[in-house]
Amino acid sequence: MTAPRKARVATVSLAGCFGCHMALLDIDLRLVELLKHVEFDRSPLNDLKHFTQRCDIGIIEGGCCNEENVHVLQDFRRNCDVLIALGQCAITGGLPAMRNAIMHSDDPLRECLEEAYVLSPYVENATHVIPNDPALPLLLDKVYPCSAVVKIDHQIPGCAPSGDIIYETLVQLLAGKFEGFDPHIVHFD
Amino acid sequence: MTDKDFTFTIDGASVTAQPGQTIMEAADAAGIYIPRLCDHEGLRHQGSCRVCTVKAAGRSVAACTQPAAPGLVVESETPHIQAMRKSLVEMLFHEGNHICPVCEASGNCELQAMAYRLGMVEPTKLPYLEPTRPVDASHPGIALDTNRCISCGRCIRASEDVDHKGVFGYCGRGIHRRITVNGEDLAHTDAAVSDHAISGGVCPVGCIIVKRVGFRLPIGARAFDRQIIGEAIEEKRR
Repeated sequence: MTAPRKARVATVSLAGCFGCHMALLDIDLRLVELLKHVEFDRSPLNDLKHFTQRCDIGIIEGGCCNEENVHVLQDFRRNCDVLIALGQCAITGGLPAMRNAIMHSDDPLRECLEEAYVLSPYVENATHVIPNDPALPLLLDKVYPCSAVVKIDHQIPGCAPSGDIIYETLVQLLAGKFEGFDPHIVHFD
Repeated sequence: MTDKDFTFTIDGASVTAQPGQTIMEAADAAGIYIPRLCDHEGLRHQGSCRVCTVKAAGRSVAACTQPAAPGLVVESETPHIQAMRKSLVEMLFHEGNHICPVCEASGNCELQAMAYRLGMVEPTKLPYLEPTRPVDASHPGIALDTNRCISCGRCIRASEDVDHKGVFGYCGRGIHRRITVNGEDLAHTDAAVSDHAISGGVCPVGCIIVKRVGFRLPIGARAFDRQIIGEAIEEKRR
């Protein structure tokens, strides 16, 4: 008798703050039971940088703010059966998307970079140049939600999502059918 | 029940109404919640957000403005109507800049609470319009962050009818219709923090902000942290 195959899960943080990955730990004691049915492929939790095989579930934290985010997200879509957008940044762009609509600006990306690297009185940047090293991933014109780049199968709302809603989603997916959330545990913050 | 009262049905349940009552007023009294955003207790009905749309005798009407009638057959919680309400709320989220994690109304916001109730949790097919909209912080006690405005007009009606001031009004047409203030900016109006339109819980979102009181309520104690919007009305029925 062989043990039933564990579900393979890959995770990544794109334009996110890692808060959603921290929220995975809010599953608390139930993690012990969950890990009997799940094993990790590429994830910042085990520091694997590339997929080792096809995965059942891909969990995406954060939206897409640069071209590397887009490549990684497309790689996840190619290698995962089910893709989950975890948290508001992955779902809507979230806080990074605030740069998309900076007040009264026709050129919000430039204004954002100038504020960050040149104009702000608190900048310590002797060259007064916006970073332009070719090794840096090119910023996108806007921050995009994951669903604007690839097909997303499920999304788990929250900033960060509660351990309960992450756990409920994973349990339903592992059981083979996602039936939706109890509205009492849905929060966008 | 007086002899002028009559009954009609909402989703098969018999509801008693008085002459002149709207479908929504009768439903509220009977403990049946019909989702709404532009309607607010104590203000005249406007019927503009259409979230309260029901089918009355087979026709789509705004429950907040449509009078109840004897024997009327009203459908409210059908899959079709619920899907349409969800789409309306979703479009409001996409039309403005609603970044819940940084908004001080989060947890007390009716738009957000409506999204919870209607299950706005699926990947979207709509683009985010991300309009460029102003913030007016000119008034010493009040700020207006119009990124979050859903043009419900509750502040307009509260200011006109309750405060008798007319601080707010509509300008523009169609999708360009916006709330504006009756002056150069808010500091040049006679708006006061004590106005019903400002402090009365009239703004359903985080657009009208009273300064220096934000984030006072901790997460867990806010209006919609534990209770879904409308449950207070539905409790009357149990």
